[in-house]
Amino acid sequence: MNKQTPISAKLTDFDKLNRDWYLDKFVQALVFIGGISAIIFIIGIFVFITKEGLGFLVGDFSFKEFFFSPNWRPTSENKATYGILALVAGTASVTGLAMLVAIPFSLGTAIFIAEFATGKTREFLKITVELLAAIPSVVWGFIGLAIMNPLIIDIFDVPVGLNVLNAGIILGLMAAPIMTSIAEDALKAVPDRYREAAEALGATRWQVIYKVVLPAAKNGLLGAVLLGVGRGFGETMAVLMATGHAINIPTSVFDSVRALTATIAAELGETAVGSPHYKALFTIGISLFLITFIINLIADLVVRGVRKG
Amino acid sequence: MFEATQINRKNLSRQKMFRFLLGSMTALLILPVILILGTLIIKGAPVISFDFLFTSPTKGMTAGGIFPALLGTILLVLVALLASVPLGVAAAIYLSEYAPDNWSTRAINLAIINLAGVPSIVHALFGLGAFVLFFRFGTSILAASLTLAVMTLPVVIVATRESLQAVPMAFREACWNMGATRWQTIRRIVLPNAVTGILTGVILEVSRTSGETAPIMFTGAVFFLPFLPQGVFDQTMALSLHLFVVSTQVPEMPEAVPYGVALVLIGMVLLMNSASIALRMYLRGKKKW
Amino acid sequence: MVDKNSVNQINELSSEKANGARVKLAVENLSIHYDDTPALEHVSLDIREHEIFGIIGPANAGKTSFLKAINRMDMFNPEMKIDGKIEFNGIDVSKVRNVYGLRSRIGVVFPLPVGLPLSIYDNVALAPRLAGLKDKAELNVIVERCLTRAALWDEVKDRLDSLGSLLSGGQQQRLTIARALSQEPDLLMLDEFSIAVDPVTTMRIEDVLKELKSELTIILVTNLVQQARRLADRTAFFLEGKCVDIGITEDLFTGEVSDQRTRDYVEGRFG
Repeated sequence: MNKQTPISAKLTDFDKLNRDWYLDKFVQALVFIGGISAIIFIIGIFVFITKEGLGFLVGDFSFKEFFFSPNWRPTSENKATYGILALVAGTASVTGLAMLVAIPFSLGTAIFIAEFATGKTREFLKITVELLAAIPSVVWGFIGLAIMNPLIIDIFDVPVGLNVLNAGIILGLMAAPIMTSIAEDALKAVPDRYREAAEALGATRWQVIYKVVLPAAKNGLLGAVLLGVGRGFGETMAVLMATGHAINIPTSVFDSVRALTATIAAELGETAVGSPHYKALFTIGISLFLITFIINLIADLVVRGVRKG
Repeated sequence: MFEATQINRKNLSRQKMFRFLLGSMTALLILPVILILGTLIIKGAPVISFDFLFTSPTKGMTAGGIFPALLGTILLVLVALLASVPLGVAAAIYLSEYAPDNWSTRAINLAIINLAGVPSIVHALFGLGAFVLFFRFGTSILAASLTLAVMTLPVVIVATRESLQAVPMAFREACWNMGATRWQTIRRIVLPNAVTGILTGVILEVSRTSGETAPIMFTGAVFFLPFLPQGVFDQTMALSLHLFVVSTQVPEMPEAVPYGVALVLIGMVLLMNSASIALRMYLRGKKKW
Repeated sequence: MVDKNSVNQINELSSEKANGARVKLAVENLSIHYDDTPALEHVSLDIREHEIFGIIGPANAGKTSFLKAINRMDMFNPEMKIDGKIEFNGIDVSKVRNVYGLRSRIGVVFPLPVGLPLSIYDNVALAPRLAGLKDKAELNVIVERCLTRAALWDEVKDRLDSLGSLLSGGQQQRLTIARALSQEPDLLMLDEFSIAVDPVTTMRIEDVLKELKSELTIILVTNLVQQARRLADRTAFFLEGKCVDIGITEDLFTGEVSDQRTRDYVEGRFG
């Protein structure tokens, strides 16, 4: 090294805070803001919906009536009542039926894809499941209206095809793909050596799955179910279009109902900003936020060990 | 000595039965959906034409085309991307390259998961309360797009973070040992090798954003507009909302029109998702290390 | 604890022979802990300019941690706690403000070869570009010089555009050395560089190191005891986080003044 190149000149001079040093610190601050943006937005969502609903909570709100009365009559001229029990029943019945449909099928499919299918078949199935998960909610709602509706009226000989059964099946078909994905991840996460050990003892494939893989994956599978439930609770458009418009507690799957989410979507447009009805709808929103927050929290705690990175 | 015993035979046949059972369950799940899609295609295809896509609706939307709705969706998606992609990429860079392994990072990850799980109608309420009312954007493309951006932020973050984390640590360490700053390393080595993955996430976001209805219903999208939007503070029609309208709000709608709209919407969404999947598979084949 | 008497004795002997060479790296009472587990305890030594300083010892003796402390790679690792002082060119490395500048003066070669996913040309041009050099002609000169000195030029001169990350292991290791040389470093640290490299390439790199000695200072961490004997002027023996022995390499090996444990390790009685 005879001449002093710009690189070796640094020998005596390297401890200076240069442009690159400042740029690095600047970028660090910038991405940190990006990082906490998610937290800001979650808190923001809660803050803003509470702000709009606050009036109802401190004013006309009666805990007993809100949660335990089936009479949701916000536009009644005599006395407006804000009981969401019927709406909760609507959401619960539809989600319940959806889970009844989705859980066995998505579990079965997940097991088939993870344990039995190979090569091209597996690739094809995984892609199909992924594409199914992408179908928008409003399209499912339309399917409920245009296809399931007449189908149900025909097959079961009932007067109305927009009911718990319709929305339940639709919701089940909607939730199944994402549940299948997560369940499949959970099954794949079970180390091969568990399977190999069982097979070495002479177990058949099915025995290996039933006695070794499923128990080992049960956390992830539970998480998949919870996620499905959360999805069912939060679905709006499909449920709005397929459940009919009757606000009552269902006594059979052929009854029309109204879900919490659908209520907000259906009525918000007709309320005046700041009216009790408006605020009551926001209060339903707060309840939905809290419920799905808790479900997602539990699901994450349960799934976290499975779906890493 | 190696003859299958009776127990073995029973087990084997039981296994075949289970495999058949599971296979049928899978088919049972997928087949109805394929049938449904088939119905959509059959009933909706007759309506699809150049005019359908590029002219405006007439006669109370029972005739004419869906162009304003199509345009509206494109505008909404574009503005949403502008807002969410830079923020999402920055967040992912933070999580992948800077975030320490402690409670604050776990809190951020939790927030992302919850953001993705919030019901779409709650996002609509948030958009209404925050963008329409508080920030006084009014019902506008801006308010609706921002609502969509917040909703689909997790998609960009997760896809970007995964593609950043796929770059081996050894590369970063080699650069740091040479005296490169973290940003220099990210700019020259990490980010360029994550671009395709980021693109996958962006395409996925476009797909989700174009199908959403609830978040835009009260924040900027309307049933019918006699003219096209001129700027971000105007309202707009949107494809997803249009499907809702033509299938529920318009009396005497010819049967084929809603099918046509549904077909266009689902076609768009599936096309974009397929592009994203294809991109992922292309990535898998192209190895740079 | 270090057997102070024997260490001092050996140091005195070596300093007589060293004839006033400048101290490149002064380590004083260095201790490194990962959370509560000690990796290095109370190590003090000097490394002189223009020498090849070998560090031998079994796995987990603290050798790699020692290197990390020198170029401040503990910065992103919150579990790593460092006590004691390291002075590089007389400057306390813990008090340096621009850590990146410090690192640019020190070249490092790792056990596993790393070819960055850039073209071979860009691999070697990276450090000069980071230092601000843009002139293509100058970069060309640097790239050729560094690749030549790393004994890689002839093999890659016709495909400088191809990806460095797709070269063979031995070539990637030489590429790493070329990258280190492009920094025009003051100090070159090699951490068991020959693990993933074939014997022929190892020999070539050893020849390169012998040539480089006159221009820079080299720390050679190695698990190949004979390699230290071939290359190092002075050698230290690390055992379980302590510097048990240090002195002129040949003295350590012929066992006149060295510790019993050193003799045992060198003769292969444990490894």
